[in-house]
Amino acid sequence: MDETPPSLIQIKGIREGLLIALGEANWEVLEAALIQNIENQPAFFQGARVVLDVGAHDLRVAELSVLRDKLSERSISLWAVLSGSAVTETTAQNLGLATRISKPRPADLQSAPESAPENAALWVRQTVRSGQRIAYSGNVVVMGDVNPGAEIIASGSVIVWGRLRGVVHAGAEGDETALVCALELSPTQLRIAGEIAVSPKKEDKNRPEVARLKDGQLVAEPWQAN
Amino acid sequence: MTAKVVTITSGKGGVGKTTAVANLAVALAGRSQKVTCIDGDIGLRNLDVVMGLENRIVYDLVDVVEGRCRLRQAMIRDKRLPELYLIPAAQTRDKTAVSPSDMIRLCDELRPEVDWILIDSPAGIERGFKNAIAAADRVLVLTNPDVSAVRDADRVIGILDAEGKGSPALIINRLNPTLVKRGDMLSVEDVLDLLAIDLIGIVPEDENVIVASNKGQPLAMDSKSRAGQAFQNVARRLMGEKVPFLDLDAPGLLQRLLGRM
Repeated sequence: MDETPPSLIQIKGIREGLLIALGEANWEVLEAALIQNIENQPAFFQGARVVLDVGAHDLRVAELSVLRDKLSERSISLWAVLSGSAVTETTAQNLGLATRISKPRPADLQSAPESAPENAALWVRQTVRSGQRIAYSGNVVVMGDVNPGAEIIASGSVIVWGRLRGVVHAGAEGDETALVCALELSPTQLRIAGEIAVSPKKEDKNRPEVARLKDGQLVAEPWQAN
Repeated sequence: MTAKVVTITSGKGGVGKTTAVANLAVALAGRSQKVTCIDGDIGLRNLDVVMGLENRIVYDLVDVVEGRCRLRQAMIRDKRLPELYLIPAAQTRDKTAVSPSDMIRLCDELRPEVDWILIDSPAGIERGFKNAIAAADRVLVLTNPDVSAVRDADRVIGILDAEGKGSPALIINRLNPTLVKRGDMLSVEDVLDLLAIDLIGIVPEDENVIVASNKGQPLAMDSKSRAGQAFQNVARRLMGEKVPFLDLDAPGLLQRLLGRM
């Protein structure tokens, strides 16, 4: 009678603990179903470390922190949340939860639209602030600043229409043709594929620049319109 | 009356949140507003000390939340200003004694009775911070013009945004114009450039603040000091007045005297 439809909640054991994947339904329904499921077999869940895969659900801090509290009341520690939604990822990061487990799951790599992965871009229309982390399989375009303490990790290129002062890793899966461009390129640290560079102190900060790999060296050049 | 709930927070500790709350409360109450301050720093309470009300605490925030007293009983009236009250934090408990929904309930109960509810947030971005912002209609982020305080303020602004609290207003505290001029301190422009939110106050560094805090007599009671003046201005801006920012480059009395020699 209390049986949850199997499609709503799937639980499997992984090296890092339990991976609970939630299906498509209202968040309240999912949450209730999950709690129900746990209360049906408390001994199984006792002391478990849980990774929650919430699919494409957009979760706010309020929702996720309530769930985390509910789980922790039942001696379950939620340590990571996987999601295809940028909102949820930001939320999880703000709550100090991991958004990846050691090996990126195959689904992560498919989160960009399948039609033309190299043309897919995540559109971020806000300033990325300290403590926020954006990870995406594809290109990332930020309309706003990337502040110190923020991180952007993309398998493709990163374009910042604003000041780039945080950490950026373009070509994170090894793409050496990835670019990083910004109106003001002064990142705390810049990575393209396997190369890491720290931006030199410079006087003139008001020129748009492009950083790319040239013969294995990270170089930044003023933007040339031609 | 329907109170506006204003939370003052910073991420980083020691930037002057408690002093700011005490001074804003005094400044608002001095403009015949009815004000209640709530100390959200359970376990490390300070607001009572800065306001000079420590020895009058009988009940505290946790007593109200846990139903050991009525809200009214925990409100300490400041004798110097008729319409200023403080709900102190409990010192012997920790942040988990109160939940965000407790704070919302408490503020809703208080709203009809006062014009302003000022909440002093603890440092950090954990439970105490979540409690402090839960009921806020408006959040003021306080920072000092140094790199680490600004970094933490940026983090807090991001969290407020993620929580759907909208864009907070900024108070820059402890600005030292001489250091800024020498290029040894971030300027107002540097800070605004990074944080990109509305500015509601610039408070100059003023050693009288420490003296006043130790005496339990918020500086804004004495309008002669520049920091007190700056907090008065923030209060006026909160009330909707347009007030120009203080000209911090104008020489103080000491500089004028020195200049003459």
